Amino acid sequence: MAQNSQKPVLTLMQGNEAVAAGALAAGCNYFAGYPITPSTEVAEILANELPKRGHTFIQMEDEIASIAAIIGASLAGAKSFTATSGPGFSLMQEGIGFAKITETPCVVVNVQRGGPSTGLPTSPAQGEIMQSRWGSHGDAPAIVLYPDSVKESYALTIRAFNLAEKYRTCVVLLLDEVLGHMREAITIPDASEIQIINRIKPTVPANWYKHYDENQKYLSPLASYGEGYRFHVTGLAHDAQGFPTNKPQEAGAMMERLQKKIVHNIRDLVQIESYKMEDANIAIFAAGIMARSAKAAVKMARAEGLKVGLLRPLTIWPFPDDAVRKMLKNVDYVVVPELNQGQFLHELRRLVKSTTDSKLIGLQRVNGTLITPTEILQKIKDVL
Amino acid sequence: MGKVSQRVVHDFLRHDKKFPHVWCSGCSNGTILGTIIRAIAEQNLDRNNITMVSGIGCSSRMPVYIDLNTLHSLHGRAIAFATGIKTFKPDMKVIVVTGDGDSTAIGGNHLIHAARRNIDMTVIVVNNNIYGMTGGQYSPTTPDDAKATTSPYGNFDRQFDICDLVIGAGATYVARSSAFHTMELQKMIVDAMNHKGFSIIDVISACPVIYGRMNKKGGPPEMMQAMRDNTVLNTATAKLPPEKLEGKTIRGVFKNVQCPEYCEQYAKVVEKIKETSDE
Amino acid sequence: MSKLVFKEIRLSGSGGQGLILGGIILANAAVNDGNKVTQTQSYGPESRGGYSRADVIISNEDINFPEAIRQDILLSLTQEACDKYSLDLKQGGILIVDTTFVKYIAIQAPNTYELPFTDIAQEQLGTQLVTNILSLAFLVRISGIVNEKSLEKAIRKTVKPAFVDLNIKAMKLGFSLATKEKRLRQKEEDLEVQV
Repeated sequence: MAQNSQKPVLTLMQGNEAVAAGALAAGCNYFAGYPITPSTEVAEILANELPKRGHTFIQMEDEIASIAAIIGASLAGAKSFTATSGPGFSLMQEGIGFAKITETPCVVVNVQRGGPSTGLPTSPAQGEIMQSRWGSHGDAPAIVLYPDSVKESYALTIRAFNLAEKYRTCVVLLLDEVLGHMREAITIPDASEIQIINRIKPTVPANWYKHYDENQKYLSPLASYGEGYRFHVTGLAHDAQGFPTNKPQEAGAMMERLQKKIVHNIRDLVQIESYKMEDANIAIFAAGIMARSAKAAVKMARAEGLKVGLLRPLTIWPFPDDAVRKMLKNVDYVVVPELNQGQFLHELRRLVKSTTDSKLIGLQRVNGTLITPTEILQKIKDVL
Repeated sequence: MGKVSQRVVHDFLRHDKKFPHVWCSGCSNGTILGTIIRAIAEQNLDRNNITMVSGIGCSSRMPVYIDLNTLHSLHGRAIAFATGIKTFKPDMKVIVVTGDGDSTAIGGNHLIHAARRNIDMTVIVVNNNIYGMTGGQYSPTTPDDAKATTSPYGNFDRQFDICDLVIGAGATYVARSSAFHTMELQKMIVDAMNHKGFSIIDVISACPVIYGRMNKKGGPPEMMQAMRDNTVLNTATAKLPPEKLEGKTIRGVFKNVQCPEYCEQYAKVVEKIKETSDE
Repeated sequence: MSKLVFKEIRLSGSGGQGLILGGIILANAAVNDGNKVTQTQSYGPESRGGYSRADVIISNEDINFPEAIRQDILLSLTQEACDKYSLDLKQGGILIVDTTFVKYIAIQAPNTYELPFTDIAQEQLGTQLVTNILSLAFLVRISGIVNEKSLEKAIRKTVKPAFVDLNIKAMKLGFSLATKEKRLRQKEEDLEVQV
């Protein structure tokens, strides 16, 4: 997988392979996971690659143990990672909440398959748009990225690690089953071209160290176990030192920090692709594999003289409110194709001013097959 | 057996904001924490190189009071978090403090798999036969006929013998002691921490305020006396007539063997890959 | 700007017939040719048996929708696959079926090729395992969808070293079957012209 040669080589690679390669490029040195279709290739590749580099791979007894192990490893200084799919993602929710409240960096890839429950293990679905935002109990914001190609799976995996380190949180990468198993030719960039962000290390003496330093704005330094700082970590509400508290002002400050570090950095976090939106009067809003159907539909529509554009979020959480509001202002209709019962549609409704005069047109499918470009085009023609 | 001054216990506690502690008077948790501290102090270890991990429950509140690297994790998952720390930093000494419900009910899967892997960590199960923090529900170690808020007519749900359980799962150091036998427990903790592999100590402990009251076990002193009177060391059982052993819980070291340890095995794999790629 | 090339190929059959590997090899060959490619797959839970298909789209421009839903070329190695997909074949598309398992074909088009690939593999190469490469090579020579040298390079790169020779043999046999088939059709056409 490592590219040592001088000139860039095109490599035919699966989405899951690109995720594994991206993780290694980002500096991942710890993986704990449990096999599950359709994400298993990620674990298989890292089981091969991590020991070669002297890093750790461990197959745990279940997904609950996997998320626990990567959080433990991260507290000991690892850039840690796990990959799963629907049922495993559900089991990980409590752990994801723990990573968020303890502000421990880690990355979880969820290669979505048909659900609920065991569902359609080898078929595509986009059922975890909302779960990736709200799945863990309690109320904490999420950073969730959503690639639409093999190349972008590589790039966004690196970005997921960077954001996890920078914002000290669990970052989720959603893939579609089709993308996880799809092969495309990509060029692996040279290591020198890849920007890597690592957590900030404390420089203060051990007895001055606060695990959650409010004076550092929202992004505070993070020590690791074994470095002499001997800090405490708990899933209970905690004060700046990490010690449990039930004082309203301390618990409130903690929750506020979790919110603010996302909300105040929305420009850094949100990424969108705007395709032929300049003169569009009809927009398609879609992510992941559905954005590929949508883009093909835009091309077909344009060939017929219809002014259709596409807005595609690469970061789905935090939600790109500003871009969506602008889109809603400029177009007559927004078609929302998605492989679920209307999760994106639901979120878009929040940003529509009038609920009686909705511009939003849903297009949903949950039978394990993709919505084709022709079907999207037909939907557009239906509303015209 | 190394004696450690009272000053040492004080020195190991976190005094900023941490006290008073959450435990009821008469609870065994304080005694066990003191014993763990003495066992660590006796070994003159670098505190920066010890991490204490716990789950959720009364005993799992222990890490916050002790000046080590500490992690108060999720209910049942302490061993899984500890596995993450240990496999990433194999030189770190890892101690897990957990309760009977935490380790054998919700966390039973992680317990048996850590034992199977023979990963080097020391698990101290504070076994008080009850879910104390939630107010007294029966646990997998609550005895027959015992009263709990969820067994108001007496418990009929069969018990785990934690030592038998982990021996079956492949643990390589398995012992039982009690909060009464602190010197014995201290030695076991030292031995367990120096054992290369998965070590576990089932510590009989008292919950006088909830379990004791519900089951008319008397106050803290009576429950301590019961630990003394109702247990027998396994090295003494051979000399005792059967009637003297009836109803007694056996203490002692039940297993202490050397087997390949997980992190060492992993390091060997890494070494082997390196050698073959160097060739 | 060169003319847009956009070809959809579907390799279909059941699990264990090596169709996904075939798809990967075809996709690699297309990359070797300097084209854009997507390769997707769909399969049931079975490692052996059940349904399986590999889709390859080859284009000189970016490919958006990655599934071959209106095929230019369809290879079907089982009756079930042939029934399921042959009606999606584009007008004038190429249909190649393995008559070892496919006994009825719903459509009759001039570009239909019927050969007992599995039987041929068993008889001439001693194993059914290379039916995928045999039929893929046949498909490539009939359609010219990728450069034959690119295909050989892709096979050498993709299959396990111990099986390269066998697979190259299967490829060559596939090519020669295609040449024979082409000659046969040419003759028939010539005859028709004469009549």
